[in-house]
Amino acid sequence: MITSTLLMLAVGLFAGIMGAILGIGGGMIITPIITLALGLDIKYAIGASIIAVIATSSGSTIAFLKDDVLNLRVAMFLEIATTIGAIVGAVLTGIFHPAILYFLFGSLLIFSSWNMYRKLRSGKEILKRAKPDKWAQKFNLNSSYFDKNLNKQIDYQVENIPGGLSIMFGAGIASGMLGIGSGAFKVMAMDNAMKMPLKPSSATSNLMMGVTAAASASVYFFNGSIKPGIAVPLALGILVGAAIGSRIMQHLPSRVIRMIFIPILLYLGLQMIFKAFGVTI
Amino acid sequence: MDKKTKNEMETVEILIGKIMRIGVLIAASVMVIGFIMLVCQQSSGYPGTTFPTTLSEILKGITTFKPYAYMMAGIFLLILTPVLRVLVSIYAFYKEKDVLYVWITTIVFIILMFGFILGHH
Repeated sequence: MITSTLLMLAVGLFAGIMGAILGIGGGMIITPIITLALGLDIKYAIGASIIAVIATSSGSTIAFLKDDVLNLRVAMFLEIATTIGAIVGAVLTGIFHPAILYFLFGSLLIFSSWNMYRKLRSGKEILKRAKPDKWAQKFNLNSSYFDKNLNKQIDYQVENIPGGLSIMFGAGIASGMLGIGSGAFKVMAMDNAMKMPLKPSSATSNLMMGVTAAASASVYFFNGSIKPGIAVPLALGILVGAAIGSRIMQHLPSRVIRMIFIPILLYLGLQMIFKAFGVTI
Repeated sequence: MDKKTKNEMETVEILIGKIMRIGVLIAASVMVIGFIMLVCQQSSGYPGTTFPTTLSEILKGITTFKPYAYMMAGIFLLILTPVLRVLVSIYAFYKEKDVLYVWITTIVFIILMFGFILGHH
């Protein structure tokens, strides 16, 4: 028990730091460790992953709110699409073949990894657009944040709101139906489609993924998928890790965050496409 | 974005941040208490690998100082923190007289509750 507790604390610390920096849930780190290293049933891995998402989200949001990095209006606006998607996904389970979805979302992630690579290659991050977006103005979504790496206030504008909403709806379906992609799709919608800068995208994703996960977490809690001996050390490790990660992230250059992101999105995408063909990696 | 909206946003975010911190600290403390009890008692308080999964079982376990009951209660409180965030956001937007976002956030809360209810059936 001592070994598994220490392992979970350490995994949590690492997953929390990475999750807070990137705005993703960390299920892809946690699931293989629980199923392979601890030899537990996949059901407990899913339960632990859900708790991990919430812990990362709540742990990092404290710092992101305090330092005003995230965009609360964008979060709440998009959350409508994600939560509806999550419920639709939960209802669709068993009706729609998951392989099709795995393939579709896997391809999307690979495409978004390619987009990130292009943005990295093009050098400078573009923050301001020539034409202001009608929707963004109507819903008051444009904002600014203080970049601790560049040491200056950065104003940004948001565009392509319908595109962002569609991806968020899809992300909701994916997480409700397959229990995947809690954060990766959200960052993709904001960074790729809506042209938000990477740091507010990641911070806003952190806030949102906890809200989306909370809806399904109660189900896992009451059906016994959440083992206290696993989930508690994991959650405690993550809370500490996320607090550290949310501070590191603000000092990192966006380029570095993007460089960490590209292989992770590629890996996640390939993992899903393989799964569509029945291969688990 | 104009100055007024920006300042208003900061007040809203600081308020939510403060309440979030209290919520997370409470959840973490209950988990830590349960964990320390587990280490001290060298027993989960439940037979074999079982653990309590209903709120009444957890409450009963808390009154009889069972480590796993405290740990599960801490996890449950942690699950509630994002819900708390949405609730506080509604209040914060209301205080800032942002009617549009009071509605948007209320819709999110209703959908979330719908999901909770759907999940239990």
